[in-house]
Amino acid sequence: MEDIIFYDRLQFAFTITFHYIFPQLTMGLSLLIVFFKWKFLRTSTEKYNNAAKFLMKIFAINFTMGVITGIPMEFQFGTNWAKFSELTGGIIGQTLAMEGLFSFFLESSFLALFIFGEKLMGQKLHFLTGFLVFLGSWASGYLILATNSWMQHPVGFEILENGKYVLSNFSALFSNPWLLPSFLHNQMASLVTSSFVVASIGAFYVLREKHLEYGKLLLKTGVIFGLIASLLVAFPTGDWNAKNVAKYQPAAFAAMEGIFETEHAGAEIVLVGQPNMREKKLDNKLAVPNILSFLTYQDWGKQIKGMDKFAEDELPDNIPALYYSYHIMVGLGTIFIGIMFLAAFLLWRKKLFTFKPVLWAIMLLAPFPYIANITGWYTAELGRQPYLVYGYLKTADGVSPTVSSGNTLFTLMGFIGIYLLLGLLFLLLVGKTIHEGPNNKSH
Amino acid sequence: MEIFWYIIIAVIMAVFFILDGYDFGAGIIHLFMAKKEEDKLVIAKSAGLFWDANEVWFVVAGGLLFMAFPTYYSIVFSGFYLPLMIILWLMIFRAIGLEFRNQFRYQMWKDIWDKAFGISSLLLALFFGVGLGNVVRGVNIGGVENGVSLYENSYFFLPLWNPEFSPLNNHPGIFDWFTIIIGVISVLTIAIHGANWIIYKTNSTINEKLKTTIVRLNIALLILTLFSLNFWRNLHNSFFDNFWDNWFLLLFPIIFFTGIIGTFFVKKFKKSGHGFMFSTMVILGGITSTLASLFPIIMPSRNNVNDDLTIYNMAAENYELTTALSWGIVGVILMTTYLIVRLRLTRGKIDDMEYGH
Repeated sequence: MEDIIFYDRLQFAFTITFHYIFPQLTMGLSLLIVFFKWKFLRTSTEKYNNAAKFLMKIFAINFTMGVITGIPMEFQFGTNWAKFSELTGGIIGQTLAMEGLFSFFLESSFLALFIFGEKLMGQKLHFLTGFLVFLGSWASGYLILATNSWMQHPVGFEILENGKYVLSNFSALFSNPWLLPSFLHNQMASLVTSSFVVASIGAFYVLREKHLEYGKLLLKTGVIFGLIASLLVAFPTGDWNAKNVAKYQPAAFAAMEGIFETEHAGAEIVLVGQPNMREKKLDNKLAVPNILSFLTYQDWGKQIKGMDKFAEDELPDNIPALYYSYHIMVGLGTIFIGIMFLAAFLLWRKKLFTFKPVLWAIMLLAPFPYIANITGWYTAELGRQPYLVYGYLKTADGVSPTVSSGNTLFTLMGFIGIYLLLGLLFLLLVGKTIHEGPNNKSH
Repeated sequence: MEIFWYIIIAVIMAVFFILDGYDFGAGIIHLFMAKKEEDKLVIAKSAGLFWDANEVWFVVAGGLLFMAFPTYYSIVFSGFYLPLMIILWLMIFRAIGLEFRNQFRYQMWKDIWDKAFGISSLLLALFFGVGLGNVVRGVNIGGVENGVSLYENSYFFLPLWNPEFSPLNNHPGIFDWFTIIIGVISVLTIAIHGANWIIYKTNSTINEKLKTTIVRLNIALLILTLFSLNFWRNLHNSFFDNFWDNWFLLLFPIIFFTGIIGTFFVKKFKKSGHGFMFSTMVILGGITSTLASLFPIIMPSRNNVNDDLTIYNMAAENYELTTALSWGIVGVILMTTYLIVRLRLTRGKIDDMEYGH
């Protein structure tokens, strides 16, 4: 791979990975905040309001980080991927500009009102501002996924003689069959992250016997939402997405499932194994026969194309990374369902708050939904390779023609340094907020 | 259609510089003038409450530019690669400076983030001005070397500077003495704007002192502006043509100079908001006059081989521009309504109010 393409991809991957630590929490968390605020309006119990305001503090830190790491994403379309932006900007510019105009506007405007305006507005309006923040953050997810869906499965466009991709049907961007499944899957995954984080904070308080009332509230809410979200993220939304990949990107499907050779009948599902690219097989493979065919087509004997059926330049360029990303996501998702089932069962039997092993497990689980979310996105984006616009525009043809690799390496190093600092500050502030707890009146 | 989106984007950019201009400016004043903790606190707060709501205008301008002029967005963003990345980093430092200063009570912690806020505000004001200076001066479109374009489709790439540091060189850099002067003009304008904002919105103890500062900065601003206009006239002979052809465009320079002249009377104003009004006129008039002078060019070419970039050869297809109207108008109305409501809700001095904590 040429240096410049490698650095451009690495910089985008690094900055988007770091950026996506924050929105995946805020999207789900805004729903939980609206839930607490709604409970407060219905019951007038102060603890729900305090819980909502406490979570909004954590939201605000994440939102700030999301904004300042999000603007570089908008810039990079032009700075590093100029050719891509020049050719497709009339299309993806629509959804990206809508994202700024509606979502970012709603979120940042009403977040400030939510935080500063409770006394000024009264409770009903305060609930409404919280709801608008939620609406903004989900609209943001929707519009970004509309953009991404067009890259995964381009629709509603024509290619002009000069090579430009122009929009021919605006509404097709939103009726794209790729969009709804990936949006719902993504939002549920975001809800997994935020409910696990909320449950984790709750477990921390319960274990430390500090802020006990809130600890139990956060834990209980986090577990209930966490269970529902973990189930929905796998079925139907995850299933739906996998079927889309099998249908529209069969080469990516073969690679992420680790099928090197096409079998005569039903395809097996790989549980563990390491891709061996030299011998084109999986090392240390553990697999269950016929399951993949059944899951994908509800037919035990249906043949699924392996990687041997595709030309080299149609296959994703980093098969092991794609395979691992997908398997880490699925593996973690399965573990999440197991732990949340157990926790919900204990909650129902009124034993959760005293059963320490599960409390410890929930507390320490918080980083893992982040890993699952990010590997899920890696699956989507590595699977899209070697294309930027699937089936049409190769990634290598999308980079800026005038920016040299030395410049990109320089800015990549700059981003790594600055984001390292941001990451430390973020942990410090979130840690401080959690340490102070929901009762803290200052600020 | 191109003209419509061009005007919309220009207005949004101008509103961004007026809104975020005051908190950049407050940062500059904060850096040089604020000595007491109470002043530092209230100035940071007057800037910090809505910085992200102000930056929405920046993001939206960027997004709409991408949608309506994708080729321009691609060419200019990749051509100005390094300064844009540096602008991003400065924006990050400014934002964390504002957001994090009051998270801990340690004096050292506050000092670090005050400096981060102040210095990055200063440098951002400079960089934005330098950016505007580059658009006025023009670039080597197509990267022409001995009469041959190195890059296709009007792409270019600017180094940070050329050896002579001169705007007259055929290979212009981001920084030369002309763009730096425009950068300094931008810093002065924004500093005055920020000082006016502080006078308008706070009861800080340095308000009276700031008025003297404003007058001094304004003298420098006027001199540098006249100097740069004179050089600009040498650079582009046609720089006043648009105004001769369309007399109503003269409104923009009139707004600009009214703002500058009005600012000299800052000590005589009875209401604390009047100064802010005049510096708003300077920013608004300055940006609109520049754009009106260049119109329809949005990036002049410094060679005879490749054409200027104009709103006509850079725009998206007509269907795209028309479709975007449907959602674009709704969005812009929403943003404007919110801004008006917000400004009304937060009338008065910030330190007289309860919000913020």
